[in-house]
Amino acid sequence: MPIKLPSFRPRKDAYPPDLWTKCPSCSEMLFNKQLDKADRVCPRCGHHFRLSASARLALLLDEGTFEELDAGLQSVDPLGFVDQKPYPDRIAAAQLATGMRDAAVRGVGRIDGRPVSICVMDFGFMGGSMGAVVGEKVTRAAEEALESRIPLIVVSASGGARMQEGTLALMQLVKTCAALERLRVARVPFVSVMSDPTTGGVFASYAVLGDVNLAEPNALIGFAGARVSAGTIAQELPPGFQRSEFLFAHGFIDRVVPRTELRAEIAAILRFMRPGDDGRQAESRGFFDPIGFLSSLADKVVPDLGPADGIDAAPQEAINREAANREAARNGGRKRGTARRDAEPGRG
Amino acid sequence: MVDRLLGRPRDGETPQPMDPKAAVWRQVQLARNINRPRTLEFLRAIADEVVELHGDRGFGDDPAIVAGFARIEGRRIAFVGQQKGADTEENIRRNFGMPHPEGYRKSMRVMELAERFALPIVTFVDVPGAHPGPESEERGIADAIARSIGLMSRLRTPIIAIITGEGGSGGALAIAVGDVVIALENAVYSVISPEGCAAILWRTADEAPTAALAMRMSAQEQLKLGVIDRVVPEPGEGAHAEPAETARRLRAVIIEQLDHLSAIGLDELVAARYRRYRAFGPYTETTAPAVAPPPSRGLADRLRDLLDPGRWSGPTPLPGQSRRDEPPEPEEV
Repeated sequence: MPIKLPSFRPRKDAYPPDLWTKCPSCSEMLFNKQLDKADRVCPRCGHHFRLSASARLALLLDEGTFEELDAGLQSVDPLGFVDQKPYPDRIAAAQLATGMRDAAVRGVGRIDGRPVSICVMDFGFMGGSMGAVVGEKVTRAAEEALESRIPLIVVSASGGARMQEGTLALMQLVKTCAALERLRVARVPFVSVMSDPTTGGVFASYAVLGDVNLAEPNALIGFAGARVSAGTIAQELPPGFQRSEFLFAHGFIDRVVPRTELRAEIAAILRFMRPGDDGRQAESRGFFDPIGFLSSLADKVVPDLGPADGIDAAPQEAINREAANREAARNGGRKRGTARRDAEPGRG
Repeated sequence: MVDRLLGRPRDGETPQPMDPKAAVWRQVQLARNINRPRTLEFLRAIADEVVELHGDRGFGDDPAIVAGFARIEGRRIAFVGQQKGADTEENIRRNFGMPHPEGYRKSMRVMELAERFALPIVTFVDVPGAHPGPESEERGIADAIARSIGLMSRLRTPIIAIITGEGGSGGALAIAVGDVVIALENAVYSVISPEGCAAILWRTADEAPTAALAMRMSAQEQLKLGVIDRVVPEPGEGAHAEPAETARRLRAVIIEQLDHLSAIGLDELVAARYRRYRAFGPYTETTAPAVAPPPSRGLADRLRDLLDPGRWSGPTPLPGQSRRDEPPEPEEV
């Protein structure tokens, strides 16, 4: 019987996994608390670790402004899919491990005070794969943006469509792309942020369709998995293939942005792209109300503007209200400025 | 092997009591059969006049996708479809029917023409998947597919999509968004090739038939899921054996659908198409409190672990908790 000598040298892989992380890029051992504080970017080499959805939201949004919506959406098993484990078991295990219901979190929040509709994916939940729930959340986030006329931000981190939901997962590509088409027609901006990894059906639907596409450095972004590419076509893959910088070089990403600057970049872009409002500009949840400002300015500059000029497109009740105000104005008070402001479609 | 590729049942095989795995795998082989009629063959049989158009106006012409105008019994249509080769030589020229981005951009160009000139669109889908190589990625295959899907979701003209053989993932879906989606009896439709699915979930491509069954990729199962609206029966052994009769049956269905869809107002048509795809994918909504992640362990536990790394006192680390930056596992093609 062999004698087992006690070893006093702690083996490297025996470190408690929740205390230290080894940087895969520069092999530095990083203390997790410090890594978390640095937004999970290696302080030595700048390697971007994957970020959980909650950390991502904390990173991008103004503190305390996030309001989660549709938190209760949960996957079902439409195919009765069993591989080495039944699909419901896989979901349950992923839920237990991450504390999330599915691979995406959506809601509304503010960036630099500006309201946004945001959906963030988490690779930790079944590889961030897109099933009906993820598709639904992205679509609802787009619909929210359309309805409230606020910018849409989607942060992707996903291996692609969820195989366990079969073609129903594939149909999520159409669902999301169709919702984004409506957003585009309505001139509501959509900023797509791609983090490591963004591949398959997620990249080939909403992630690639941003009005502005941003990506974190060295993130894996591509349509076919590198193994598929290499396996299907016996061909040497170019260096840096399917990395952010590769896509940037080929014109599919506007900017490669380090994580620490991401929030400022998005804020800067949103300052230029404001949701259009039938040719006029409107802030949906106004801090600054250009319509009110312009109409009061117009009142000062063109005090004698006939009422008929301003009310062509106004809703009927506003017209009535304006008529009442005109009545009041004729009676002495000068209230037309307020009336005109009311006549604008209400977006309070 | 040759028999299997040609879809012929082997000697002594009785077609009646077939186990479901073998049945779906036979269907996958039939859908891939090299003698199965392709887009241009179908059109030659169905249409009275065909004008093929070429080029995406940006990069080149992709022989893996054919597109153009056709006339079927006096009805003008625009068509788009993947075109596999009939033999090895043609397959090499047509890249085994696997389109590059320029193929989808050509298709989008023709579909936009169709919208402008009020031609209904008929698409023929038969593709293993979009070409997965570096050239494809460099020219933006994901971008081409996503834009094509987006375009088809809003085109103001009727769209009939027909899965004639393999409906391979995004490469198929990029031209398969329609007001009505039809499939031939032996067609298959899936989110990933059964081999790819097996390689990822079963860690071996040998389990492809199991994956094919699990994904419920046969046209009949897809009909039950609502992804396909109608299955057109194939005569005898299948479309490869009787292409003329298959085309005749397909023609009747196309004419019927063209007349049906043309009668619907464009606003209602596009709205109904949006609703069709908006409804896909079941989920439940629960109000139960969120799942609690496992509680983090105290300092004492951590110290004990540090001092005695061999004796791990905490819970077994769950896969999702792992802090290591593992290479991603592509879930889909």
